[in-house]
Amino acid sequence: MPASPRRTPLSWIVLGTVTVASLTLAACSDANTSDSGGGAESDADAADLAPGGDLVIGVTSDPDTLYPWRATQFQAVNVLGNIYGTLTELDENLEVTPGLAESWDVSDDGLTVTFHLREGVTFADGSTFGSEDVVHSLETILDEETAAVARSSLARVETVTAVDETTVEVALSSPDASLFANLATVNMAMLSSDDTEDDLNTTPNGTGPFAFDERVPNQSISLARNDAYWGDPALLDTVEFRVIPDESSIVSSLQAGNVQMAVFDDPLVADTAAGADVTVTETPQLSYHVLQLNARRGPLSDVNVRLAIQCGIDRQQLLDTAALGEGEITGPITSPAYRSDPNARPCPERDVERAQEYLAQADVETPVVIETIVSQGEYATSVNEAQNLKAQLEEVGIVLELDQLESGAFVDRWIAADFDAAVALNGGRPEPDGMYGRYFTSDGNLNEVAGYSSPELDELFAQGLQATDEDERKGIYDDVARHLEDNAAWVWLFTGYTYTATHNTLHGFVPMANGSLQYLRTAGFTG
Amino acid sequence: MMLEEFLHNGVVRRVGQALFTLLGVAVVVFVMLRAIPGDQITSNLGTEAAALTPDQRAALEAYYGIDQPLFSQFFSWLGNVLTGNLGFSSRAQTSVAELTLQALPVTFELAVLSIAFALVMGILLGMLSASRPNSARDAAGQVVGLAGLSIPAFLLATTLMSVLASEFGFNPNGEPYARLLQDPLLNLKQMFLPALVLGFGVAAPIMRTTRTAVLEVKSGDFVRTARAKGVPPRRLQIRHVLRNALVPIVTMTGLQFGYLLGGAVVIEQVFSIPGIGRQVLLGIQQNEYALVQSTVLVIALAFVLVNLLTDLLYRIIDPRVRAA
Repeated sequence: MPASPRRTPLSWIVLGTVTVASLTLAACSDANTSDSGGGAESDADAADLAPGGDLVIGVTSDPDTLYPWRATQFQAVNVLGNIYGTLTELDENLEVTPGLAESWDVSDDGLTVTFHLREGVTFADGSTFGSEDVVHSLETILDEETAAVARSSLARVETVTAVDETTVEVALSSPDASLFANLATVNMAMLSSDDTEDDLNTTPNGTGPFAFDERVPNQSISLARNDAYWGDPALLDTVEFRVIPDESSIVSSLQAGNVQMAVFDDPLVADTAAGADVTVTETPQLSYHVLQLNARRGPLSDVNVRLAIQCGIDRQQLLDTAALGEGEITGPITSPAYRSDPNARPCPERDVERAQEYLAQADVETPVVIETIVSQGEYATSVNEAQNLKAQLEEVGIVLELDQLESGAFVDRWIAADFDAAVALNGGRPEPDGMYGRYFTSDGNLNEVAGYSSPELDELFAQGLQATDEDERKGIYDDVARHLEDNAAWVWLFTGYTYTATHNTLHGFVPMANGSLQYLRTAGFTG
Repeated sequence: MMLEEFLHNGVVRRVGQALFTLLGVAVVVFVMLRAIPGDQITSNLGTEAAALTPDQRAALEAYYGIDQPLFSQFFSWLGNVLTGNLGFSSRAQTSVAELTLQALPVTFELAVLSIAFALVMGILLGMLSASRPNSARDAAGQVVGLAGLSIPAFLLATTLMSVLASEFGFNPNGEPYARLLQDPLLNLKQMFLPALVLGFGVAAPIMRTTRTAVLEVKSGDFVRTARAKGVPPRRLQIRHVLRNALVPIVTMTGLQFGYLLGGAVVIEQVFSIPGIGRQVLLGIQQNEYALVQSTVLVIALAFVLVNLLTDLLYRIIDPRVRAA
């Protein structure tokens, strides 16, 4: 998803990071392809890296906005994530770590959160960051006029108060254990209360490890190291995101040495990039390939039809034929600490007989016809997946009627929930409530599109937000995943990889499962 | 004298026609853009747009200026264009006029270089083929012409680029784009391959037209007479034959200008050249209505001007057109 001009919008919103080490990775055939399971940062000691240097990253498109609260495009999120700071952050294992908030306390009833802000932090323009900026930022995100995309993550926030210069108190209507992970996204960036949207559209002003330097529309955007950054300063002097619209031209530029880094989502392109001077690293992604079902329409309102679909699919075959085997079979939750067991489902393996039994129990006429929307060219494997699913389900007596749509048309139909089924690549998040609460709770803002809810799920999601103990939360979200699978709300398929191509002199960069480039701040060149 | 007459009779009518054409283009582009599913909100937010509250959506519609009825959107845009305001690109955060001013010379340079390559390749090959019809020489020329017609530009472009980059480390287009006046040497390096590839596609029809026209002219009485009078062969080929064959060649070249702009979209994409083709493509992908409408209008204006120029050229090249 990263390197092409228009990618699955949902995949841009992938908002977390993953414990790369906890994932089993497919063995790679190419000598110069490595997986990031061992931690890419260990490939060169940080001490070997010389400070300085100018990194050029090849990207297929420049950001479609520089306003962090409305940025969902992959390129925009990546650029802005290096410029802006957030109250909390995620580390490479997707764990929440302190950001602009050095620490926080939660009251016993869970309804008051007190953030203690880091002192001495400044914005790129030299002004001081303080509690009024936090109040301004959170209140403006909550204002519907702002049209901030992360507004719903603050749904339980009632008031935000500056107690003193470095303390902010947030009052909640009900406990919200997902708040801290939800704050760690550039869509929750802390902006200076002196800046307006118009200012920031042309001159971003953040507290991040890099500061905005220059933009040539359609050609490049350049960042320079922020020497006043509160953490360890970055090694690189500058980072330029250079727009090279064609992926194969980015590969040529990597080979010729014009650019030293690029991120691809197509294994075939990544394969051509690996060479003597270029290493390609595979990173498992939080985003997941799924056959979304609309359980409120036509034959799919019968749970037996949905279960028949779930049992009628061989996921490994799908992965092998549609995506060259590049990925992992997945259950609903891909967040590393809450990962669902892909075998905990009614039919872990394809079972045509059982599928036909389910279908026989259903009160429908066969063959069952399911109107399925597929986006063309949004991501590399969509049409192949759809065709493979169609072929497999035909043997069960279910006909997927494929409606292949150009991306804009697909998004329109998806938003309107105008489909029986949708072949989709959806963004995952580091925290399961952020990932599915908005889809599968009856008042979630994407519930109409999700097409499924139940009182039991509502109760489970509410419990998940109140639980503070990690093991207890894990148990609750295991139940959520089981409920989704047992009712075949959707049919979860697999997760894929992204491929980070880096020049061999570049080290210290850690690719993340959300595609975030936040570890540019630890990257540097050898010698 | 003849030119004056042309200007008197022709210009008023032609300008009227041109204005009518441009208005038609404006309407068609306006309607077609709205027929594309989605709008700038869904282009920016993708499926995340489904999570917007009605008030959030209304705020964004006002921000992008798509909350107005279609009629007022059209006329306010057209009114702005007539006063020289081509609109604003929220993505690039700059005016469309400024973007176009940056991009237009780039594509113009690409077009001129491509036409130059195409004319040299096309006319030489065409004359070569016509010099001995149905010979091996003719066949060779025709094969090259056929290749130019049938090899897609993106394939040739990608192949050339990737072979040169991986085998020779030569990839000037991986550098930031250099403007002609800032760094002429790097600029020409960056423009050479794109112009060659684009020119190759245009050379093919020029070659075929040249071949046919030259063969036809060669069989004319005046050529035989000239030869009988002892005009040297080279002079005969160029002064008598080619000169008389030029009208269809110029017509064909003018017509190819349209192909050139279409091809430029692809070539600019592959070679990362910030020209007008990429500007339109990006605008369409992002549903930036004003940007696409204004840019297409500018392209249409260029097209109309080139056609006028072609007409004018006929009259200079061929006195018979003046008489007609």
